[in-house]
Amino acid sequence: MVFKKFVEVGRVVLITYGEDAGKLAVVVDIVDHNRVLIDGPTTGVTRQSISFKRLSLTPLVVKIPALIGSKALSAVVAEEDIVGKFGQTAWAKKIQIRKTRAELSDFNRFQLMVAKKERRAIVGKEFAKLRTAYLKSGK
Amino acid sequence: MSRFHEYQVIGRHSPTEKEPTPRLYRMRIFAPNEVVAKSRFWYFLKKAHKVKKASGEIVSVNEIFEKKPLTPNNYGIWIRYDSRSGTHNMYKEYRELTRNDAVFACYQDMAARHRARFRSIHILKVEIIKDEDVRRPYIKQLLDKDLKFPLPHRVVRPSSKKYVQTFVAARPNTFV
Repeated sequence: MVFKKFVEVGRVVLITYGEDAGKLAVVVDIVDHNRVLIDGPTTGVTRQSISFKRLSLTPLVVKIPALIGSKALSAVVAEEDIVGKFGQTAWAKKIQIRKTRAELSDFNRFQLMVAKKERRAIVGKEFAKLRTAYLKSGK
Repeated sequence: MSRFHEYQVIGRHSPTEKEPTPRLYRMRIFAPNEVVAKSRFWYFLKKAHKVKKASGEIVSVNEIFEKKPLTPNNYGIWIRYDSRSGTHNMYKEYRELTRNDAVFACYQDMAARHRARFRSIHILKVEIIKDEDVRRPYIKQLLDKDLKFPLPHRVVRPSSKKYVQTFVAARPNTFV
């Protein structure tokens, strides 16, 4: 098992629990075996110590010195476009899909049903063709 | 966190004809509130001087706040505590953000490791220790300049009670 995501100064993390759930932040310093100091000046996370249990490590890292100030950190995050880069990952896209699905209105769900039906019909037709071809031939 | 607050308690013996301006004594007490702080002040002062709550007065109680609550420090705490069969001195180290957090961690740690209650513990000294002077290996290993470590066994916590499931379709994946 090769570990690819490390807890280190500059690691971008996603907060998964608490009032800041769903927000990105950057590890600014490591406090001890269970906690880090995080800060997300551009994403609305105040500088705080937080337990690993409330975080998910992302594959993104930023090169910063330990205990960097909030202003300097927001400059670095803006320059490297961390929020944008994370948004392009499959992980962020899945989060977005889940969010969209949860926010569908009844009419949207109806549209979804109709679209799925249409897709099923197209796939079904092709499948039926392949099936009759197979049954006629190889048997 | 921060169940404790640090108070500066200043008290003295009440003025008498023999001693119209008695000496002031100051203590830094870690307590959950001012009431307990004043009580502990008298407890300690009685041990050191011939004065008790009935014959003395508290001059002032002020809370001492942490100057930089967002920088981690290595705290060395010197303790004297009563075990079931004797009283001992101890030195313990904690890596925390504030003095209050370090003392809280110490009390919790003493309760867990030695079953020592708040009443049996005297905090003698709380000092910030420089990285070079740290004595304990479990703190030393966190003081590496380019420290990095993986989280080998990840238990992902549901973001709210709503998403806690009694039965799951698949076994959990604990690799990051």
